[in-house]
Amino acid sequence: MKFSGFKVVKEALTGHKGWRPLWRNPDPKPAYDIVIVGGGGHGLATAFYLAKTFGALNVAVLEKGWIGSGNAGRNTTIIRSNYLLPGNQPFYEFSMKLWETLEQDTNFNSMVSQRGIINLIHTDGQRDAYRRRGNAMRLSGADARLLSRDELKKMVPFLNCDNARFPIKGGLMQPRAGTARHDGVVWGYARGADMRGVDIIQNCEVTGFRIEDGRVLGVETSKGFIGAKKVGVSVAGSSGRVMSMAGMRLPIESHALQAFVSEGLKPTIPGVITFGAGHFYVSQSDKGGLVFGGDIDGYNSYAQRGNLPVVEDVLEGGMALMPMIGRARLLRSWGGLVDMSMDGSPIIDKTDIDGLYFNGAWCYGGFKATPAAGYTFAHLLATDRPHETVTAFRFDRFNRGYVIDEKGVGAQPNLH
Amino acid sequence: MLIPHPLLGLRDSQEFTYFGDASLMWRPDPEAPEAEAAFCEYVFLRDNPAGVHRELWFHEQGDRSWLVVTRDTTTHEILGAELASDVKGAAQ
Ligand SMILES: Cc1cc2nc3c(=O)[nH]c(=O)nc-3n(C[C@H](O)[C@H](O)[C@H](O)COP(=O)(O)OP(=O)(O)OC[C@H]3O[C@@H](n4cnc5c(N)ncnc54)[C@H](O)[C@@H]3O)c2cc1C
Repeated sequence: MKFSGFKVVKEALTGHKGWRPLWRNPDPKPAYDIVIVGGGGHGLATAFYLAKTFGALNVAVLEKGWIGSGNAGRNTTIIRSNYLLPGNQPFYEFSMKLWETLEQDTNFNSMVSQRGIINLIHTDGQRDAYRRRGNAMRLSGADARLLSRDELKKMVPFLNCDNARFPIKGGLMQPRAGTARHDGVVWGYARGADMRGVDIIQNCEVTGFRIEDGRVLGVETSKGFIGAKKVGVSVAGSSGRVMSMAGMRLPIESHALQAFVSEGLKPTIPGVITFGAGHFYVSQSDKGGLVFGGDIDGYNSYAQRGNLPVVEDVLEGGMALMPMIGRARLLRSWGGLVDMSMDGSPIIDKTDIDGLYFNGAWCYGGFKATPAAGYTFAHLLATDRPHETVTAFRFDRFNRGYVIDEKGVGAQPNLH
Repeated sequence: MLIPHPLLGLRDSQEFTYFGDASLMWRPDPEAPEAEAAFCEYVFLRDNPAGVHRELWFHEQGDRSWLVVTRDTTTHEILGAELASDVKGAAQ
């Protein structure tokens, strides 16, 4: 089934009887060439690019719940390539470019909306830091614009620029950044992978690895043993738990991150705005809800929910930045399980066990990485070599002293 | 979350700063032959368990003592708290 404007009109006129499920629900085969553990955005994108770009035919994705039930379905959907460090920024710009052609590549409306992001500046020192960041972005081929206070006031008049403690002095804007529909991304990749023969197996939890003589032979699952020549683990917040079944300890702590949405409002917020004096960021969904969030809760957690102190902190940030938010009613809040690494940057690499590969440590920022993480993890699984944009994302960077620490806070995950 | 401070009773976790896995108390011996590898593990690798976790909390806005708190990471339930100095003393 191919989507097109013509098909939408035809279905509208014929009672929508022609729509079909977007993917099959097959039983697992006894063995595959490549098994991906985790049916989030990253796992499904990996399977999609394996099948589409790298010609892999015999691939399965194993998901313990339903696809997109993890962070892929819980995040605040911001996509951007406004990083500073050379190990990171080319990767995120590669991802941004893949977002720009995603809907053509998957023939699915993932509602990629390049409505721009503005990081607010409150001090002169911050302006210098953002100018430097903007230059780094432009060197990687991305776009960046420094906004004056007057330009900013015209674009987003509701900001409290004269806040006594945190006056707003300008902003760094990436016009090509924006949001995408999280479920649409998951479904688009799932359908694209399924159409190319990938088996997506839901309600199939991996409970162990079969490893002999340092080589992985397959995975034990709630649906029995599934053989595999290669296994790619892409389970985000569950990374520690899953890799410990292969006897590995990771440079990762799992933490809770919360997000919030207000009742639907008329269009007010043009793009994504981040507060520079506290941790608060906000955008408006196409349904009208203000979608916002802030810091992680800050202590190890596998609970997929947070606690009230962070709720208070985030809402205080919102009130300081745009007092009008106090008039909106909060509709829902929820939490996800993020894999915080020791330097705040990701890992895409082989492990010391032959045939076992790992993609994770995405912290609170892996949604924007979904296309490129999928592409580069597929590249690694298919060719056994890292893609040129992920050569810095190796396990050994910690031992070698090549950490990629955007915030410069050291091996303290709750500060990244 | 309320942390049962052994000296001060139940205290709001907001008064504390979280540090991480309690094993961080046991710094490797810098003179040992494998010190470099031991320090890499110590600084960067974590067990990160789903379930019972022993972890360090600093009572920054209180008596400035370090506690070893035992907590379930799947429910956030706090199972106990000891003074880190007692834990260290008992082990030595
Ligand atoms: C509240 C919140 C807001 C966020 N906002 C943003 C944002 O604005 N921008 C951004 O870029 N990033 C954001 N992130 C981060 C982003 O969502 C994640 O980094 C990213 O989604 C992780 O990749 P994924 O989609 O593959 O993860 P997931 O969707 O979590 O996929 C992992 C999957 O693995 C499955 N799994 C786990 N264990 C097993 C097992 N044993 N067997 C089989 N399957 C298993 C899980 O069920 C899950 O479906 C946010 C995260 C949260 C929680």
